[in-house]
Amino acid sequence: MSDTVLELDDLTIRFQLKRGDLTAVNGVSFKVKRGETFGLVGESGSGKTVTARSIMRLVPMPPGEIVKGKVLFEGESVYDKSDSEMRDMRGKKVAMVFQEPMSALNPVFTVGDQIGDALRSNLGMSKQESEERVIELLQLVGIPSPGSRLDSYVHEFSGGMRQRVMLAMALSCDPTFLIADEPTTALDVTIQATILELIESMIDRFGMSLIFITHNLGVVAHACDTIGVMYASHVVELASTKEIFKNPQHPYTVGLLNSIPRLDQQSKYLTPIKGLVCNMMNPPTGCKFHPRCDHAMDICRQEIPQMKELAPGHFAACHLHN
Amino acid sequence: MTENILEVRGLTKHFMLDNDLVSRMAGKSRTLKAVDGIDFFIKRGETLGLVGESGCGKSTTARLITRLVEPSNGEVFLKGENLLNFNRAQMQDVRKTVQLVFQDPYSSLNPRKTIMQILSRPLEVHNLAKTWPEKRRRVLELLGLVGLGEEHADRYPHEFSGGQRQRIAIARALAVSPELIIGDEPVSALDVSIQAQILNLFRDLQEQFSLTYLFIAHDLSVIRHISDRVAVMYVGKIVEAGDVADIFERPKHPYTKALLEAVPEADPDKPPPHLVLKGEVATPIDPPPGCRLCARCPLADDYCAEVMPDLVENGDGHYVACHKV
Repeated sequence: MSDTVLELDDLTIRFQLKRGDLTAVNGVSFKVKRGETFGLVGESGSGKTVTARSIMRLVPMPPGEIVKGKVLFEGESVYDKSDSEMRDMRGKKVAMVFQEPMSALNPVFTVGDQIGDALRSNLGMSKQESEERVIELLQLVGIPSPGSRLDSYVHEFSGGMRQRVMLAMALSCDPTFLIADEPTTALDVTIQATILELIESMIDRFGMSLIFITHNLGVVAHACDTIGVMYASHVVELASTKEIFKNPQHPYTVGLLNSIPRLDQQSKYLTPIKGLVCNMMNPPTGCKFHPRCDHAMDICRQEIPQMKELAPGHFAACHLHN
Repeated sequence: MTENILEVRGLTKHFMLDNDLVSRMAGKSRTLKAVDGIDFFIKRGETLGLVGESGCGKSTTARLITRLVEPSNGEVFLKGENLLNFNRAQMQDVRKTVQLVFQDPYSSLNPRKTIMQILSRPLEVHNLAKTWPEKRRRVLELLGLVGLGEEHADRYPHEFSGGQRQRIAIARALAVSPELIIGDEPVSALDVSIQAQILNLFRDLQEQFSLTYLFIAHDLSVIRHISDRVAVMYVGKIVEAGDVADIFERPKHPYTKALLEAVPEADPDKPPPHLVLKGEVATPIDPPPGCRLCARCPLADDYCAEVMPDLVENGDGHYVACHKV
C-alpha cells in the first residue's frame, strides 16, 4: 500500500481577470505522506494559498480554472468527485485552519453552535451529543472551563483563543489531513509558540498529515518534515527541512535564508535579494526569478527550468544544476 | 560624553473608559493604562529598539513623544527641553527634528497625490524650498537617497509595491533633515526579502546623516539586528532595558527570557519555540497593583502581586524591573 495521502501533479491554475490572465499556480507537483508535515513557504503572492485551497476545491471557478494537472487525495482525483463526495471529504477527511480566525468564524453564532454544526450535519449527532463533543474538543485545544464558553461569541475570545476555537472546529470530525494556512501569522510570538505546540501535539496524537503554509522560515524550521519553497507560482525547491536549511540549492532559497535577521548574532548589513517580486500579470520569460538572480545566464531568460532531483529527495528547479 | 537626544521620564497615558457622567456616578469608570510611567533615553546617533507584543503600548509611546496623542503625565526632553511645555508653533519646529515612519505604507501615503506632491509637502510646510526648481531638485535628491529614481516622481502611491512605498515614506521623513526618526513597525508589513532591503536602507541613512532611531517592532530578530540598545515593554511598562547583547544573550527579566524562548529560529538545529509563561497577556484595564507579569510568572510570589517593581540599573547600563533579580 502506498503511504502517499495527497499528490499534486503538475497542477496549473489560471485566473481570467478583467485585466488579463494570471497564472497563480504553475506546474506544482508534490506528495504528502501519511503522518508527514509538509511546509509550503513563500512570500506574499507566490501562490501558496491558492495551491492549498485547490486541494479542497475552494478556488472559485470562474474566474479560476485548472489548466492542467491533478490533485489526488488517497489516490482519487479531487476534481472528478461529485459535490456530495466533496462534502464528505471536507471536514471529515480534510480540514482547514485559516489565518484570520475573526473572518473565518461566524460572528453571529455562538462557538458551541458553529463547532457543533459540523458534528450534527456530518456525523448526524443529536444536539445533546454534539454539545458534549464540543466541550471535549474545546478542552482538547486548551480552552479553560470549556463548558461555560459554549454560549460565547467569537468576539469574546482573544486572538490566540480564537485560533484554538478554529482548531477545535477543524478537528471536530476526526480528519486525517489538516491544511493550516498561516495559522500563527496574526498572533504574537508567545501565543504563536503555544499554538505551534498545540498543533504538534494534535498531529502526534491523531497521526494526521499536515500542510503548513507560512512565510515565516522560523516556523517551518521547527514544524515541518519536508518543505516546498514557492516563488511566483512555481515550486522552486523541495527537500527535507534539514536539507533546505543546511544545503539550499536554489538561489531564491539561499537569498531568502540570507535575508532573515538572526537572533543569535548581530551583523551590520543583511544580504537581501535584489529587486522586486515580478508582476504576475506580466511575468518575465524563462525562470521567473532570473531578474533578481545573481547567477542568471542566457538560458534562464529563455527556458523555464524543470524540477530536477539533485540528491535523493532533494529537488530544485534551476538551470545552474543542469 | 554623548548627549541624550531624547529623554523620557515617567511618561504616562491613561485612557478613561465609560467616562460619562452616569458611569462615573455609579463608580463604573475604568482606566486603560496604555503607557504607565516609563523612563528611557536615547543617545545621539544610536538606535533604541522598543519591543513588545501587541497592545503593550509601543505605538502609543511613539505617539506620545511626538504629541500626536497628549500624555496624561510625565516629561519628554528633546535635546534638554521639555516638549510637553511647548506651544503649537514650537511643536511645529520640533517636527523638523523628529519624524515618524509608520507601519502601513498603504494608509500613510495619500492615494490622490503624486510622489512629487507627497515629498514636497514637508518642504512647503517648513519653508525649506522656496522656488519650484529648488523643490523639484530636493525631491529628486530624496528619491535618490532611498533608491528610487526621477521616473517615479510623477506616479501615484498605488503604482508602487509595499517596499517601494515604505521607501517613499522614509524619503518623506528625511525631507526636513531630521535628527531623530521614530519607526513604528516600519518593516512589519514587508516580505522578508524586501524587509532586508529596507533594514539596510535604514542603516545606510543612519551613517550618512548621523541619524538617531527609535525603532519599534514586535519581531525580536529585527530588533536584534537594528538596535544598539533595547527596551522591552509589557502591558504599559518597560520591564528590561540595556545593550542589545545584554538583552539577547544575558536577559534577566522572566518576560524577556520567555519572549526569546518563544521565537522560532530559522534553524532546525536550534531548540523549538516554547512558552514558559502561563495563561494570557494581562489586561491594561484597571490592572492590579503589583507586577504586571505576576499572574503568569514562574517566579512570582505574594510580594510581586502587591508591589510594582521599579526599573533599576545594576551599574552596567542594564535596567531590570523585577523583584526576583
